[in-house]
Amino acid sequence: MQYEAVIGLEIHAQLLTESKMFCGCPTKFGAEPNTQTCPVCVGLPGVLPVINKRAIEYVVKTGLALNCEITQYSRFARKNYFYPDLPKGYQISQYELPLCRGGYLEIALNGRRKKIRLTRIHLEEDAGKNIHEGGDYSLVDLNRAGVPLMEIVTEPDIRSAQEAAEFMRRLRMILRYLGVCDGNMEQGSLRCDANVSVRPAGQEGFGVKTEIKNMNSFKFIEKALEYEINRQIRLLSKGEKIVQETRLWDAKRGITESMRSKEEAHDYRYFPEPDLMPVEIDEGWLNEIRAQIVELPDARMERFIKEYNLPEDDARLLTEERAMADWFEEAVRLGGHPKTVANWMMGELLRLLNKDGIQIEDSKVKPAQLVGLLSLIDRDVISGKIAKTVFEEMYQTGREAEVIVKEKGLLQITDTEEIERIVEDILNNNPKEVERFRAGEQKLLGFFVGQVMKATKGKANPRIVNELLRKKLSA
Amino acid sequence: MMEIEYIALLARLRLTEEEKELFSRQLGSIIDYINKLNRLDTSDVEPTSHVLPIKNVFREDRQGVSSERDEILRNAPSKKGGFYKVPKIIE
Repeated sequence: MQYEAVIGLEIHAQLLTESKMFCGCPTKFGAEPNTQTCPVCVGLPGVLPVINKRAIEYVVKTGLALNCEITQYSRFARKNYFYPDLPKGYQISQYELPLCRGGYLEIALNGRRKKIRLTRIHLEEDAGKNIHEGGDYSLVDLNRAGVPLMEIVTEPDIRSAQEAAEFMRRLRMILRYLGVCDGNMEQGSLRCDANVSVRPAGQEGFGVKTEIKNMNSFKFIEKALEYEINRQIRLLSKGEKIVQETRLWDAKRGITESMRSKEEAHDYRYFPEPDLMPVEIDEGWLNEIRAQIVELPDARMERFIKEYNLPEDDARLLTEERAMADWFEEAVRLGGHPKTVANWMMGELLRLLNKDGIQIEDSKVKPAQLVGLLSLIDRDVISGKIAKTVFEEMYQTGREAEVIVKEKGLLQITDTEEIERIVEDILNNNPKEVERFRAGEQKLLGFFVGQVMKATKGKANPRIVNELLRKKLSA
Repeated sequence: MMEIEYIALLARLRLTEEEKELFSRQLGSIIDYINKLNRLDTSDVEPTSHVLPIKNVFREDRQGVSSERDEILRNAPSKKGGFYKVPKIIE
């Protein structure tokens, strides 16, 4: 029988605010345990939370970018449960009146476009972190408790592990463009859980689902879901039943495994948070937020194709990250030829940045400096080959191309007479090769070019070298 | 009785048989009392989310000062190396 997978995602994104959701504690990752807490976020009696305005704006911004309906009158709710990383005994979240409803995100896979609908986006606070180091106890760090967390829930529109991973890739790109989340899946600032079920192809109703957690990279999302889909199909094919449960992805073993927690009643007893006033978003505020939304990756890619005449693949790669697209446009604005700039970025610059694990915004080479290098090539001051060496040096030191070229004596030799002398030397020293060439072994031209370049340390203008060689050899 | 045990479980309370008996009765009478409200016709009344007519109480996204760790951990029944120490969490 043919089976079809049905997947819905639940994504948690930590918002890039300076301070926590309801207090002024910092949100920086990696601080010493329990150094970023206060009576509000550890839930001491008598404290009052106050809503971080920027967190509301970030969620609304995301909602607008994802085509959601923004709830004009929204409020917070208490979700009650006990867990050591939740000091208050309840999480401030949203329930029946989330900030955003509906919406969709379009993905493209194998040339096919598909809209994945969203159910809702709401705002809540993150919990702390539990650490198990063995022994009969656990340790709790509450630095993360109270960090603003945006929850995005999709409809069960996803049909494969690849679609799920692609959805996450697109979503991460958009969140980073909007500047609302840094998208770091390994550090957990972007997390993804999935509800997975399978059903005979063509069937309307859903099968029994499992919830998959602990997938902290795109690769793992794809692997975990693929494993889980196959596991469920295998069971159903044998006539066995799927148990509704939460399963953890075990990256080392490459399997999903039942959490086997005592299935305690999940009864969250939501009720409106009495410590917080409702949030009303009027037209004026909405327009203010809308005005802050930058051009998003899809639109920017289309524009790069039209405005700069770039091939689609180039445009897509250059617009994946906002900082990269900005870098490109800055170089073009300063006079770089678009396709040439694109080639240098995708070739040399990205190769070096990836090798060192550096983000483009931290690159020592700035757009103006690449343009400076390109102009040296255009004006025949240096050869394209030398330019790569110069670029490496620029990348390491952040110095100007012109300075490096002068200092290292890399100026291209464009003096025809000087090159002619060298060409004659080479021909005189290699009489056998000259004879063979004249006898028809045309491919030896490359040998002569190589010799000239060797003699000039690559500085001879290749166009002039080729011209002279052809002239002399045919004489 | 089932209900009181369920509520006690959610609240992590261990009740004796006598307490279960007592609280069952008391909770029952509280619920009966509150249920009087159900006799009111509220079909024309807007739902109230808060008794005060206030909305949009915000703070700007600015960092304040966190508590000293030693100070805040003084409230912890048990601690270790700057962490709260709790009974082992089994997942």
